[in-house]
Amino acid sequence: MLKKHNRSSLTATFLILLFLATYQYQAQTDMGSVHGNFQIDAQYYNPDSLIGAPKVPEKMLSNAFGNINYQRGKFSAGVRYEAYNNVMQGFDSRYKGQGIANRFARYQDQLLDITVGNIYEQFGSGLLFRTYYEPGLLYDNSLDGIRVISNPFKGITLKALAGKQRSFFTVGPGIVRGIDGEVNINDLFDSLLANLKTKVIIGGSFVSKNQVDADPDFNLPENVGSYGGRINIIRGGFSFFGEYVQKENDPSASNYAFVEGEKYYSYKQGEAAFVSASYATRGISFLLQGKRVDNMSFRSDRDATLQNLLINYLPATTRQHTYLMPAYSPYATQPNGEVGGMAEVQFNFKKGSRIGGKYGMDITINYSQASGLKKIGVSDSTTTSKLYKTKYSEIGDLYYSDFFVEVNKKFSKKFKGTFMYCKQFYDKNIIQFGSPFAGYNNISSHIGVIDLTYKYKNNSALRLEVQGLFRDNKDTLNLGSWASALIEWSPSTNWFIAVLDQYNYGNPVNQLKLHYFLITAGYTKGPHRISMSYGKQRAGIFCVGGVCRNVPASNGLAISITSSF
Amino acid sequence: MKKLLLSLFALSLFSFITLNGDGDKIPSATVKTLDGSKINSSTFSNNGKPIIISFWATWCKPCKKELDAIAENYTEWQKETGVKLIAISIDDARSSGKVVTDVKSKGWEYEVYIDENQDFKRAMNVNNVPHTFIVDGNGKIVWSHNSYTEGDEEKLYENVKKIAAGEALTH
Repeated sequence: MLKKHNRSSLTATFLILLFLATYQYQAQTDMGSVHGNFQIDAQYYNPDSLIGAPKVPEKMLSNAFGNINYQRGKFSAGVRYEAYNNVMQGFDSRYKGQGIANRFARYQDQLLDITVGNIYEQFGSGLLFRTYYEPGLLYDNSLDGIRVISNPFKGITLKALAGKQRSFFTVGPGIVRGIDGEVNINDLFDSLLANLKTKVIIGGSFVSKNQVDADPDFNLPENVGSYGGRINIIRGGFSFFGEYVQKENDPSASNYAFVEGEKYYSYKQGEAAFVSASYATRGISFLLQGKRVDNMSFRSDRDATLQNLLINYLPATTRQHTYLMPAYSPYATQPNGEVGGMAEVQFNFKKGSRIGGKYGMDITINYSQASGLKKIGVSDSTTTSKLYKTKYSEIGDLYYSDFFVEVNKKFSKKFKGTFMYCKQFYDKNIIQFGSPFAGYNNISSHIGVIDLTYKYKNNSALRLEVQGLFRDNKDTLNLGSWASALIEWSPSTNWFIAVLDQYNYGNPVNQLKLHYFLITAGYTKGPHRISMSYGKQRAGIFCVGGVCRNVPASNGLAISITSSF
Repeated sequence: MKKLLLSLFALSLFSFITLNGDGDKIPSATVKTLDGSKINSSTFSNNGKPIIISFWATWCKPCKKELDAIAENYTEWQKETGVKLIAISIDDARSSGKVVTDVKSKGWEYEVYIDENQDFKRAMNVNNVPHTFIVDGNGKIVWSHNSYTEGDEEKLYENVKKIAAGEALTH
């Protein structure tokens, strides 16, 4: 921990700032405030060869972290301590050991907002730059460096930053630098345009990374620049957002292309576009989103893979599911090439209306789809091979599609329900393995969910959730169809107990038609929450906050404690 | 030397812990309004009346259940105590476009902000959504609650009434 020279010098800078601040404030009566939070997840593992749960030599694994933040007036600082002894199954095993993983000090006022240490920032929608933290997934690509934000005039925001990204308990090899500017036209010309109903915000960014080229075979660019612009227009219930970015050629482990079945580094320039338009008024709304991405994986280490050292964020434009079965096969943006989008309509029928009935009703309908780009090979035998070209007018193979309807209905003061149907198509080879040659069949599924809540007393409720995932595909690798049932009882607002059974009744292998029972109990008091569960969990993809990770099959006792103060 | 620095640093932080608990002002972070303007969270106010701050996301079922349950009685709550609910969406770029469509089609009459890169969420030490806070008339955070089960909204309102009447709260 903190072995790298640049990390310790930053820590020293941070400490000096903190001591100065402490010294200054101790003389005053207001001492500022200290708050924080922590979370501990631990699991005891039973090996279970039938469901594919491995033998874990440590028996017990745990992930834990705690944040402590201090704030006084315009000054704030904080640290996060993380401990993985050893890291739980399903997370990257390079998260090993413990230490201070994050620390920052910040001075913030209207003219100048300066932060040193670990920084979380996003330019526009993140197509060029986003650093982000999601503890449930152990996802943290914070920039360890310096950031300055300034609002020199009302309506203008300027940002500049530089540093290296977090990579487990150290930082990645590449340097990341970026600047971003945003102008809120209405705020800027306040006196002239204050009454103008159309609001316009425009912005632009430049981000670059630098990494030494030590490769004996290839001539790799040491500096990769990227740039782009965005616009946001809002009038009444209408809202439009669009962003377009480009990146210089950036051959890397994740910018590759297949030419005649062979995998090559791609020297092609990258580009990405994201648009989102909506209209919303009381009772009805429409949302349209579209995206096109080509060769746009952007990392501060050209050899990094998985979720490591990502500089940018390419949001998926497919429906984000909250129930277990529809979320079983979630879609993730394919940075090498994708075009797709979604359309969504929501209706809210008021209570007392003819369709809404006595208690009202909500309906959501959504269709989303993602396809590859049609790549036309270009013969270029030099090392600056671009490998392929694309056209905006041509769309490649279908990767994913999802038609989704959800109805929320309240039947009486005590009884309400959610009913959902969805039809999905999923190209497992591309989405999970990034290659058309991984050897799986495509999956088509019909999914249904019924979720009923009966509130039998003011603070006591029973919930029943029944889900089915039906697949016509008898491929042994895809495990076939599933049914699941959950009963959840909350006798008071503090306690709950739930029993879940997932039954793989459609597994093509007879002895694998298994039940996965899981019992969970939890207690909540104010900001403190503890829960325990025992049983089997199937392998699958687990999503928190829109970021997903693979959870391996497990069998055992799990404990989770979260708290904030 | 490094160890010494680190322990000094830890000590300097821990020396504050005993001094404070609840009762601190809303920390400063930049959030976005639904029409794209920026606002600092430390400027949230309600003319001496209580505020509820609720962290939610468009993909979070319990969060929306809670906000729906409050919406049913919100007008009464406002009439009786003057309380204002500020809903902070932690949706990222993928789903932040959906915040405005959810809020408007549901007819939620809350003040809604988007905390796209979760600056405010971190400053408020929120682990998971939903997480709900009560701020008293002096702008001090006096209560918070994590997760939502049926009936939580009634407990929340009891606490808001106590705050509006100038009583102290216990968790």
